[in-house]
Amino acid sequence: MPEVAALVAPDEIDRRIINALQGDFPLVDEPYRAVAVRLGLEEGELLRRIDAMLERRVLTRFGPMFQIERAGGAFVLAAMKVPEHEFERVAAQVNAFPQVAHNYRREHALNMWFVLATATPQGIAESVAAIEAATGLEVFPFPKEREYFVEMKLHA
Amino acid sequence: MPDAAALDAIDRRLIVATQAGLPRVARPYEAIGAGLGISGGDVIARLTRMLETGVIRRIGAVPNHYAIGYTANGMSVWDVADDRIDELGARVGALSFVTHCYRRPRRLPDWPYNLFAMVHGPNREEVSVGVAEIAALLGDASRQHDILYSTAILKKTGLRIAA
Repeated sequence: MPEVAALVAPDEIDRRIINALQGDFPLVDEPYRAVAVRLGLEEGELLRRIDAMLERRVLTRFGPMFQIERAGGAFVLAAMKVPEHEFERVAAQVNAFPQVAHNYRREHALNMWFVLATATPQGIAESVAAIEAATGLEVFPFPKEREYFVEMKLHA
Repeated sequence: MPDAAALDAIDRRLIVATQAGLPRVARPYEAIGAGLGISGGDVIARLTRMLETGVIRRIGAVPNHYAIGYTANGMSVWDVADDRIDELGARVGALSFVTHCYRRPRRLPDWPYNLFAMVHGPNREEVSVGVAEIAALLGDASRQHDILYSTAILKKTGLRIAA
């Protein structure tokens, strides 16, 4: 995967920063200073390292994680059965929709799995119809009926 | 949706201004507020309220799973008896290697699975150990299961709402 080759592995200080920043970023005037003090780092070094990790894609983002349903929006996992010889074309067509937030290739007859995110719940059905029209393939939506609570717990 | 109604126009602009990330400057909330014509204190108050109401799940860093050594991820999917799924789903979600756990509708005949548990690990062997642990937990409440390993990230932009 091209992403992997480009990465520089995080060092021990980076890993401590990642673990310290997985939630509860302080809501105070100078939050980076507060985190730096907790980690025994200079504020400037903490800022530089966060920037560098974002640049190297060790971090995919840093900031508030929104639950967009609570803001009136919707997101839904959906899948398609894409014939192998058409995979590239369909991936390009699906990815061109701004409503497609993530898209993964997976090993199964349903081999393309993506998340649709829209500003309104009706936007999901519209996006599904538009993707079906663009690709000529059926989209299987898998709306979540219930979420079982998981904590952020990947340890760097 | 009552939660949606509780957001005012400034909250929505604040979401749009921060969904790509927080600025890496000494006083980030003040910097965001300056762009919206409000004080840093107001930004903090609004973000605090959105955390309380669940509009924001958390504020922090999202590590790239690959970069921190979790190079394998398998979406494990299970056909679990409807009368036991909520009790068992909660226990699956509590396992340390499960990063997302949802109940979703079956799509018969193509798709008999109603429980989705994402398992991350340093390699496929570790992921399959985790999946075996889930299988043991579910026991005969699960009629069949499968693991869908990801073989390529085709797109990853994060969830965005329009400005």
